[in-house]
Order: sequence, then C-alpha cells, then structure tokens
Amino acid sequence: MAALTGSIFFNIILSIIGVMAVFTINALFAVWLERKVSAHIQLRLGPMEVGFHGAIQSAADGIKLIGKEIITPQGVDKKLFPLAPYLVFFPSLLMFVVIPFSEKLQVQDLNIGLLYFFSISCIATIGIFMAGWASNNKYSLMGAVRSIAQSIAYEIPIILSILGVIIIAQSLKLSDIVARQDIWFLVLQPVAFIIYIIAAIAELNRTPFDIPEAESELVAGFHTEYSGMRFAIFFMAEYTNMFLVAAMATTLFLGGWRGPILPPVVWFFIKTYAIVFLIIWVRWAFPRLRPDQLMNFCWKFLIPLALLNLLVTTFVLKLF
Amino acid sequence: MDTVKEIKKDFFINMGPQHPSTHGVLRVVLNVEGERVLSSETVLGYAHRGVEKMAESKTYVQMMPVMDRFDYVSSMLFEWGYVGAMERALGIKIPERAEYIRVIMGELNRIASHLLWVGAFLLDLGAFTPFLWVFDARERIMDMFEEVTGQRMTNNYFRVGGVKDDLTPQFMKMLDEFLKMIRERMKDTEELIESIIFLERVKDIGFITKEDVVNYSLTGPVARGSGVSYDLRKNEPYSVYDKIDFEVPLGEKGDCYDRYKVRMKEVIQSVRIVEQALNLLPEGPYAEKAPKVIKLPEGEYYNAVETSRGLLGVYLQSDGSTKPARFKLRDPAFSNLSILDKLLPGNKISDVVAILGSIDVVIPEIDR
Repeated sequence: MAALTGSIFFNIILSIIGVMAVFTINALFAVWLERKVSAHIQLRLGPMEVGFHGAIQSAADGIKLIGKEIITPQGVDKKLFPLAPYLVFFPSLLMFVVIPFSEKLQVQDLNIGLLYFFSISCIATIGIFMAGWASNNKYSLMGAVRSIAQSIAYEIPIILSILGVIIIAQSLKLSDIVARQDIWFLVLQPVAFIIYIIAAIAELNRTPFDIPEAESELVAGFHTEYSGMRFAIFFMAEYTNMFLVAAMATTLFLGGWRGPILPPVVWFFIKTYAIVFLIIWVRWAFPRLRPDQLMNFCWKFLIPLALLNLLVTTFVLKLF
Repeated sequence: MDTVKEIKKDFFINMGPQHPSTHGVLRVVLNVEGERVLSSETVLGYAHRGVEKMAESKTYVQMMPVMDRFDYVSSMLFEWGYVGAMERALGIKIPERAEYIRVIMGELNRIASHLLWVGAFLLDLGAFTPFLWVFDARERIMDMFEEVTGQRMTNNYFRVGGVKDDLTPQFMKMLDEFLKMIRERMKDTEELIESIIFLERVKDIGFITKEDVVNYSLTGPVARGSGVSYDLRKNEPYSVYDKIDFEVPLGEKGDCYDRYKVRMKEVIQSVRIVEQALNLLPEGPYAEKAPKVIKLPEGEYYNAVETSRGLLGVYLQSDGSTKPARFKLRDPAFSNLSILDKLLPGNKISDVVAILGSIDVVIPEIDR
C-alpha cells in the first residue's frame, strides 16, 4: 500500500477521481443553486418536490436526460455533430488541473498555471463553432458566428486584467499568487477585478452577454439542434465553466484558500460560490445586450480601461 | 466576387411560425446580411379559423363566447365591442351599475393585458425576472375574474343589457388588496426594468412618425407612443368614461421606449379609473331585461371600443333573422402589425424582436 500511494499511477487515478467528483457535484449543485436563487429573485420557490427543497432535482433531471434518445437530425455533419459537445466539455475538465483548492489539494502546480488555464479555455470556442456549423441550421450558425466574435473580443480584457495581478505577484504559478496575497489583490487591483468579472460573464455566454444562445432571437443559438445527453454535456460544461471562472477569481483576487479558523478548502468553496452567486444574480437582473453594443462595450471601453489599469499598476510598482 | 455578393444578399432567416418571440404563429421572413436586416416579409394565416364566416351560421348569442377567443388576453374588451353593437341595434339602455361594472372589469382586463405585454417584451429582450414580477400582479386580476365570472380567461361575462353576475363582496376585498399593491409593484418593476442595458436596447429604434400613424391607421399605445392623442375613451366617450377623470399618456419620439413608457403609464391611469369607478358604483340592477331570442332589426350596426391594443370596431349587418348576415371586425393588432415591414429594414436581428414586441400583437386576433 505504501508503495502504491507514492506511485505516479496512483496519483493520476486519484486526481481523475477527485476532478470528476468535484465536477459532478458542482454541476449538480450549481444548477440547483441557479434555479433556487433565480426563483427567489422572481417571487417563486423553485424546485421543492424532489428531496429537501428540491436538493436532488438536478440529479433527477440528469437521469432523465441520459434516458433520452440521441437524435441526429438529417443534413448535419455526421462527424463533427457528435464531436462538438465533447470539445466544449473536455477543456473544462482539463482546466481543473491547476485549480488550487488548498495548499496541498491541487492536481498539478504548473509554473505556468495561469497561462495554461486561459489557453485551454479558448479551445471550447472551437467546439461551439463546430456545433453551430455542423448543425446545418441558420440559427445555430448565427449563434456560432456571434460566439466567435464575442470570445475573441473578451479574451483580451481578461488577459489584460490578470496581467496586473501577475505583475504584482511576479509569478504565473497559482500557488505563488495565493501565497503572496497577504492583502487580497481585490484591494490592490479593484478595477482589474471588475473587468475580469464582466469579461468572464461574457466568456461564459451568460446574460447580459448571452448573444450566442439568445433564446428570443436565435431559438437556442449554437445548440438548437442538440437534445438529450448531448445537450446535457453543453449544459454541464456551462455550469462547470461558471465554477472555474469563479474559482480563478477567488485565486487571483480573493486570496484563494486563505482564511481564518475554517479549513482552507472550505474557505475556497465559500469564496468561489460567493462569486458564482454574483454571476447568477447578474443574470437574473438584466436584459441582453445587442451584439454590436457588446462589441462596442468591449473594444471601446473595457480594453482601454484594462490597458490604463495595467499602465497605472506598472507605474505605481516602479515608483514604490 | 459577384457570386459571393449574390449569395450574401439571399441569406434568409425564417422567423416563425414556430419561434419563441413571435408571440404565436406569426412568420417573419428576414433577408439578412450578417446581423443586419435588409428586408422583411410578414406572413399571416397560420391560425386562421374563418370566424367571420362562421359568425353567419351562429346566432347572436352563440357568437358571444367566440368574441373572447380573438384577443384572449383582453377578452372582455372584445365582448364589450360586440355587446355594444347589439345594444345599439336593439336600443337597450343598460343600468348604470352595469356600466360601472363594465368599466371596472374592462380596465382590469386592460391592466392584465398591459402587464402581460411588459413581461413578454422584457422576455424578448432577454430579461426573465420582470415577467414573473408582473405576473404575480396579473395573477391577482385573474383570481378576481374567476371569483366573479367563473373563468380566468375567455370570461364570457358581458350580456346584452348588462353583465352576467353582480360583483361579490369577496371580489371587492380582492380588488381592494390589488389596488393597494399595484402602484408599488409597478414602481418596483419599472426600477428593475430600466437598467442602462434596457435603455440602450429600446431607445432610438423602430421610429414611427405621426404621418405613419395616420397612413397605416395605427391605434392604441402604438399611436399614442408617437404622440398622436387618439383614445376612444377620451375622443368619443362611450359608456361612463365621460364621468371619469383620467389622462391619455403620450410619447414624444415614437420609438420602442416611448411605446413601453405609454403602456406603463396607462396601467396607472387604468388603476385610477378603477378607483373612481369603484367610488361612483351605484346600487341597483346589474342587467336590463333583454329579449330571450335576440333578433336585430334589419340594417347595419357598428360599435367601437378602445381595447388594450387600440381601436376595435364591430360591424354587424342584419337581415332581421337570429343570425347576422355579415360580421366584420376592425381589429387593432392587424392594422398595427402592417407597419412592421417598414420598421425592420436597417435594424439588427436583435432589434427585430424588440420592435415586434413593442407593437404588441396577438395572433388569433390577426388571423381570426
């Protein structure tokens, strides 16, 4: 047993199990949380029947979706159509690798962790475009085109906003970044935090930036033709990305796992779900932007602001 | 290069007849270039039932419940138009209490209709929460209708000579509670809705000029949003509207925002009307004796009322029998929709749903 615990093989297995567990439980919990929070914002109760206050409602929904027939409509691209959901889904799993849940609880502490995280997240866009293109549906195609334009635009402010953090922390290693936060970077980089959250919501394709799947215009956008488990995979990827974005915000701006009294992992999840709650709250409070307004907001406001923030950060660091 | 241009020019998006934001089975064929709409064509008829022809084989009374099924969100206002035409033909003067009951029910129906519109409009723009906020208020109106008429929608409450039943004490209690909460709810909802994103979305799109209003014979909030003061309740007061004090809210520019604002203000005006009608409500009978078998004297009869979408005209031609010889509606949503193809070109796809939503159409009324 002792030999086994130390082996690389054992570590890999353990990591996969751990990531899958966090992934599954988060997907179930986040969906339930979203439904409950939105319900209370909207003067209703939300799921109440299955389990305590509907706690296992999302599990029941998942089982229902697994049981559904997998429909491949006529005229779709036979190879790309089934592949696309997985190309959206696997990057989310891979991104878990660098998330530092606590000092020791991390799959792999890469020294370019931050770069890795944001590079992997870009792959999902290819999957979304693939889904839109392969569906052979005009609404899907419009959604996919919108998604590409939006992702390219909003990657830039995200990277620019975290550059400020990198400059202060002087490392791309996530454990280092957390270790240097004796004062939260939220205090040192408030503008960067706001830019990050806005751009991250846009990356997640959530209201008010959900133009790729704008349901009142494009029916369901890029996943119009998907149903059953394939749709569920898109759905799970969305909620996993929400968790990942929040986890990254926690790591970069809210001091990661650090906190008094409670164990580090608990602190990490409290902070992460606070951000998740914020993202949900924003979704249910605002209408959707128009695509051209979305682009204008990014190129004419967010990116200049992020550049200015970067400039000021560099100056201040040089002076003091 | 030319072929590429040709292809680009012929990219059609077929919005509807099954689409989340065409409010039923309306079909709009959009010719788009990227996100921009080059031209559009509105296709009707997916819910056509031939009701106007059907009316010729039904007695006058049998036609009553069908009136509910045109504009099912403000059904009592449609009943009012039809019943009014028959009363005009028979020369029946209805009791004053019945008039006030009609005003109360009609205005409540107008509030319900506008609330539904606000919710659906915001749903089109991507905000889900206001929909349920206003639906909570609308639900109370539906409960009140159920209490008095026995139905939540398609009430079939109006009768020749009055109304079907008197208002109940329970209804009065519910109405009282509703009037207490509605103003605050409207204020809260307005605060929730009018975020900067909403204003960016609806301001300065879908302009309707005053000339357009006249040329396309637009009525209701769509006309008033463009600053045309035409409200039948004010211009040619029917029933007891001349005894009630209310304003006709007007827009200035005629964009989607003005049409939204006019409807929000009209809800408050309707609340004022209900409050006044409640104070003026006299004691007495709620219905006049009407003939058992209704036979209209030979001739042509027309009656117009202001529904929540605009002017409704009911035209009846009688040959003296128990069935109308000809039945024709001049309904507001059909005329209002006619301007859509003029408004859409040049806008983005996202604006299409905003503009279509701001016109406020109910398909069974258009397709009858």
